[in-house]
Amino acid sequence: MKLNDLPKNSSAESAYDLPDATGHFGPYGGVFVAETLQAALLELNIEYERAKADPEFVAEFQRELKHYVGRPSPIYHAKRLSDELGGAQIYLKREDLNHTGAHKINNTIGQALLARRMGKPRVIAETGAGQHGVATATVCARYGLECVVYMGSEDMKRQAQNVYRMKLLGATVVPVDSGSKTLKDALNEAMRDWVTNIENTFYIIGTVAGPHPYPMLVRDFNSVVGKECLWQMPELIGQHPDAVLACVGGGSNAMGIFYDYIPHKNVRLIGCEAGGEGVETGRHAASLTAGSPGILHGNRTYLIQNADGQIIDTHSVSAGLDYPGVGPEHAWLKDIGRAEYVPVNDDAALAAFHRLCRTEGIIPALESSHAVAHAMKMAPTMGKDKVLLVNLSGRGDKDMATVAERSGLQFFCRPSCQMNQLKQAKQ
Amino acid sequence: MSRIKATFAKLAGEKRKALIPFVTAGDPTAAITVPLMHVLVKAGADVIELGVPFSDPMADGPVIQRSSERALINGIGLLDVLAYVRKFRETNDTTPIVLMGYANPIERMGLEAFAANANAAGVDGVLIVDYPPEESVAVLKVLDAAGIDSIYLLSPTSTDIRIKLVANSARGYIYYVSLKGVSGAANIDTAEVGAMIQRIKAETSLPVGVGFGIRDGATARLVADVADAVVVGSRIIQEMEASAVEDQLANVEKLVSDIRIAMDA
Repeated sequence: MKLNDLPKNSSAESAYDLPDATGHFGPYGGVFVAETLQAALLELNIEYERAKADPEFVAEFQRELKHYVGRPSPIYHAKRLSDELGGAQIYLKREDLNHTGAHKINNTIGQALLARRMGKPRVIAETGAGQHGVATATVCARYGLECVVYMGSEDMKRQAQNVYRMKLLGATVVPVDSGSKTLKDALNEAMRDWVTNIENTFYIIGTVAGPHPYPMLVRDFNSVVGKECLWQMPELIGQHPDAVLACVGGGSNAMGIFYDYIPHKNVRLIGCEAGGEGVETGRHAASLTAGSPGILHGNRTYLIQNADGQIIDTHSVSAGLDYPGVGPEHAWLKDIGRAEYVPVNDDAALAAFHRLCRTEGIIPALESSHAVAHAMKMAPTMGKDKVLLVNLSGRGDKDMATVAERSGLQFFCRPSCQMNQLKQAKQ
Repeated sequence: MSRIKATFAKLAGEKRKALIPFVTAGDPTAAITVPLMHVLVKAGADVIELGVPFSDPMADGPVIQRSSERALINGIGLLDVLAYVRKFRETNDTTPIVLMGYANPIERMGLEAFAANANAAGVDGVLIVDYPPEESVAVLKVLDAAGIDSIYLLSPTSTDIRIKLVANSARGYIYYVSLKGVSGAANIDTAEVGAMIQRIKAETSLPVGVGFGIRDGATARLVADVADAVVVGSRIIQEMEASAVEDQLANVEKLVSDIRIAMDA
């Protein structure tokens, strides 16, 4: 089976074959980059097409997913949560159980294998929450590649543990102090590195954005998630879910689980964007809900921008969703009505985070908590025979400090240390 | 005849090469830009590339990004940039002005509206770094109709196929980015540049300008020996950053004059 094969049999109702040869999804996508990057993107595109058709490459990718990542990831029925909500049954696709704790590793393995195939000894990456950086550092250690990760200095503060993990794995983490010091600035900086070191460097992009062929190849490598669900759900409950939910920042976990469901028109696809403090406050990262089409980071897509066409700083409690653009394929799926996109606010995501911890013993990533939150909102309005499948794209260990701080707690301060503080205060 | 064409024709007649300085509009203040443009002309500029500030200048190095950030803090947008050009044209009707920037501010204004506004303001050319020929077929048509030259980039990694593609779309002049990298990085290899310019010249009769990596009179002189135009960007912005506000115009004038003299020597 090829990486991006869509099931063309049985319940698949219509063909979907995007992007086109020049990387467009309708008016979105494309290759909007300076001439300096054109040759590298063309080389990557050609090599990827070859790799995709090479049974050895595909077999190695699948072997790595099985033995290194631990795939297939299970689907879990969140029964206590569903019972409490009293409506639709919520199922979780457990990408949090992957090696490195998120879906990101699916893509980084694929791209690292491409880097090796193309003879590029040096890998660069950008990262927001740090999950993609960790996943990249991991595979670079695994394949013996040099790894440089660009990360906004603001994000480095929010995700200090992931910075340490990357360093443990042998990566160099470069702080980015320009602009808003977050993901988009890290992406700008990584692009600059790539332009300068194009001959020996492979750029592993972590989401389904950027210039063609990135949105396509990141989707293809992550589409293993949806492919597994397509056989796992019928095996578990004898049917496909009524809706599939996933959080959307750049949108790689969402494209990964949506892609194989696209031809299954009876399955609703729902992307949950970061509503931040509320779309009406302007402090959010919901580009599909509140943005407008434009060009950023090499592709045309929905952007959060001002009247002058400048990109505006975004906000989300989760660093991984804090991005002013979104993958071009999501823009297209929104326009053609195949997928729906809703904003989920910080507070709702945090409430879902805590609820999943307590009812199911699963600590979700704050990113994934956005999708859980929307499932919790939908479930009570639906019958008990309805099924919601949520992509639990990552685990929440990295978010301990953020959540503790939000709850007004001092991180890592156990009762014994609190006693010591009290004693010191008295003295 | 367009101002760009007339300028290069005149220079060819005099056997001189064009000097094209780049500055970002609205950096460091809104008030400096128009006087700065006149100072550049006085110092020997033949064409002025005026940067349109953008929040995410992916193809530029840290120097130009900083200048873009300063301009954005001043609230400078595409409409302000066009207003500067209109103001400049009140007293200068000969020096070509090329706007250089990114696609998004233009798409936001709307392509037709931009072309009309730019034409009315007296803009001669547009270089949009993230509009390669493949993605700008419609853009080229609209700008052609408005009498505005579309300037395109070529780089050391450009293949023969891409050189042909750019040559077919390019108007005014071609901007050869002499380094693999972002603006303002490292040093320049003139032999390599000369060889590449020969490949480009085989596909087009347009003048070829070279930018990225030109620091002073000496490097400008080396480039002028092999190219039709010399583009100086980051170096001017660095000069302004290093100068007290009241000295900025004078120091830039000195820098650009020195480059001009070295080129003509």
